[in-house]
Amino acid sequence: MSKVHLYLLALLLTVAGLSMFLYKALVLHFPLAPGAEVDIWNVEAKITFQALNEPVKVSLFIPRSTRHHAIMNDAFISRGYGLSTATDDSNRQAVWTVRKGRGQQSLYYRAEARRVETREPRASGRPPKIIKPEFIGPEEVAATALVANIRRRSADTDSMVAELIRRLNQPHPDDNVTLLLAKQTGESGKMDLAAQILALAGVPARVVHGIRLQEPTEKATLVHWLEVYDRKEWRAFNPVSGTVGVPENYLTWWRGPGPLVRLTGGEKLQLSLSVSRDQETGIKSAVVRGQIKKPLLVKFSLFSLPIHSQQVYRVLLMVPVGAFLMVVLRNVVGLSAFGTFMPVLIALAFRETQLLAGVVLFSLIVGLGLLIRFYLERLKLLVVPRLAAVLIVVVLLMACFSVLGHKVGLERGLSVALFPMVIMTMTIERMSIVWEERGPSEALKQGIGSIGAAALIYAVIHNREVQHLFFVFPELLLVLLAGTILLGRYSGYRLFELFRFRGLVKGPA
Amino acid sequence: MFGIVRRLAAMGVMGINRRNAEFTLLHNPRRLYPLVDDKLRTKEIAIRGGIPVPELYGVVQREHQVRELAARLAPYEEFVVKPAHGKGGDGILVIDGRANGRYRLAGGRLITQEELNHHVFSILSGLYSLGGQPDQALMEYRVHPDPVFEALSFQGVPDIRIIVFLGVPAMAMLRLPTRVSEGKANLHQGALGAGVDLATGVTLRAVWRQEIVGEHPDTGEKISGVQVPHWETLLTMATRSFELSGLGYLGVDLVLDRDLGPLLLELNARPGLAIQMANGGGLLHRLQLIEERHATLNSVAERVAFAKEQFGNR
Repeated sequence: MSKVHLYLLALLLTVAGLSMFLYKALVLHFPLAPGAEVDIWNVEAKITFQALNEPVKVSLFIPRSTRHHAIMNDAFISRGYGLSTATDDSNRQAVWTVRKGRGQQSLYYRAEARRVETREPRASGRPPKIIKPEFIGPEEVAATALVANIRRRSADTDSMVAELIRRLNQPHPDDNVTLLLAKQTGESGKMDLAAQILALAGVPARVVHGIRLQEPTEKATLVHWLEVYDRKEWRAFNPVSGTVGVPENYLTWWRGPGPLVRLTGGEKLQLSLSVSRDQETGIKSAVVRGQIKKPLLVKFSLFSLPIHSQQVYRVLLMVPVGAFLMVVLRNVVGLSAFGTFMPVLIALAFRETQLLAGVVLFSLIVGLGLLIRFYLERLKLLVVPRLAAVLIVVVLLMACFSVLGHKVGLERGLSVALFPMVIMTMTIERMSIVWEERGPSEALKQGIGSIGAAALIYAVIHNREVQHLFFVFPELLLVLLAGTILLGRYSGYRLFELFRFRGLVKGPA
Repeated sequence: MFGIVRRLAAMGVMGINRRNAEFTLLHNPRRLYPLVDDKLRTKEIAIRGGIPVPELYGVVQREHQVRELAARLAPYEEFVVKPAHGKGGDGILVIDGRANGRYRLAGGRLITQEELNHHVFSILSGLYSLGGQPDQALMEYRVHPDPVFEALSFQGVPDIRIIVFLGVPAMAMLRLPTRVSEGKANLHQGALGAGVDLATGVTLRAVWRQEIVGEHPDTGEKISGVQVPHWETLLTMATRSFELSGLGYLGVDLVLDRDLGPLLLELNARPGLAIQMANGGGLLHRLQLIEERHATLNSVAERVAFAKEQFGNR
């Protein structure tokens, strides 16, 4: 086989892999890195209350997809409740009902919020009807005066809203504002008031309630914004600075007045919102975005698989990377290790145990296994029964480590069960043969070589960036294949051979 | 480091990758491997080709035959047990006598019949074979080394390894067992390798565990300058092995028996590279020269003459 053929094949594979990769990365904007900004958040609302042994009705506003977030996989968790959801102009609401509730009750709502970039235009809609607020007596006077004040000091709606927010937020507000604020509590109340004042001024406004998807938290605090209808769209104003625009990580939960949750037939109502980051599926959102832009391409990619299978491929795609590393370690470096791909499998097992614990457990099991093997040697068993005996001992050892680890509270010990036990058995067998025939130093050398290779491979295949790259761009495997084929005809020296032959260079003795 | 690479390349030192990619893979067709991997078949083709080999006493192919082992070995005071598919000298037992109903190993240790049987079982189950396949055990004549080598080796039998490329001897070395190698003549097990001048059959320098040494570590005898007897015959036998096996890149292992003279021990389709250390030079230039010229060399005698002329050390 001529080398030209080989180079052409390698070139073809590289070009095919790289062009696909570049197309996906540059044109379709598949993310190259796993991304510091995680795009998927799990939000959860937990409602607890004491039921009063009478019909219970709980209504909860739930978020709906916005221009920045797609709400997916709603889940409602309750015991024995009937559930209905309703959507009106601006809100979604879930209503749980039960004929008779008793004792402590817990209801959950869970959803995934995904960052999306929608291409659709902002919903314009008809101008909303303004409901004139009802201010009575001195409040009416104060409100009217405030409206007149902010009108005088502003040129357009933007500046009017900004001026209103500034006045409401002053550390020492003027008398009118003080009077109006007296009946309101908290940020939400302040925003309610702002909306009413604006309505009085003839500007449609409403309060938006939501949370920021920033850090995973058990107790997310509600953040309130003011939305003003201006120039045929709803525009959001920062409640503190009065500037226009919402941060992208702001998830709108519901709009308008009214509490998040209403309860009849119970007491001691408590509600908590929690936010957690979706660790594994950061990539999913890229695909969701991709689907919005280019539905066909994703149809035949790994992302079309169910999540569970995707997880499997996440690991499987790392095996070729490990194998390639073994090729380099063996043919270019000249490392000697037990079994051709044994270190790759060990490295995969390290994924569960973590490196240090993995190395320790592996060494312990192989070490103890060797002792048993040396003992079995004296019994002069035939090979297959001897291998089976070592295998049984290995499994027993693994079980012991798991139990001991669990008792001591080291959960790492449990994951030892993922070690490929047949591979370990063969390692023990080979190591003992090398030990007897080539001496302990050679056996230890190969053993350390195996663990070293496994650790190195682990470091690479456990790298999030590497995993991400090969999962999002599996075509990179073609490039890897090209590299492997080229290395298959590598006829240069191995690194260790330089060491081995160095005596020749020094000249004849 | 790149300095080392450049100097090694200039000397024509060959690494494993190059040996595999450019020699064994290209010149050794896979289908011929069984001829050399199975020592029984090697023996057969050698006998057919008229090359002397150690006499075969018997073969154990199945587990049940192990029971008859004692009876079959009864006529022989000394013998060698080896796996048919062994590699690197592993699994070879040399019995040089008997005492108290036990077998005496070459090192002096006594083993019982039971231990010997177990060893044969291990061989049959493939413990020593390439790839772990079930194997056969051979029992054969135990070679008595030529007295020339007596002072040069510690127990065991020294052998002569000749690399033959396309039927032309390219490099040779004498492999001398040491205490460390436990009587075995394989370099990676601690045997000593001495380069041999292809033209004359006189030993050059020696290498032991990556180091260049002047004397045998156990006997203290000077190694260089020893004439290997029957050199011409050895070269001819090695050269003819090419025709017998069909393998282009071949390691031929020969022994010199005190009484029977040169015998072919085994053939190797993937001979090691330490021979370069023992000869203080690379193989590559020699192999390239052979590749250029081998078509012009017709007879065995011509090829031997070519090797002696081209690859002699002065």
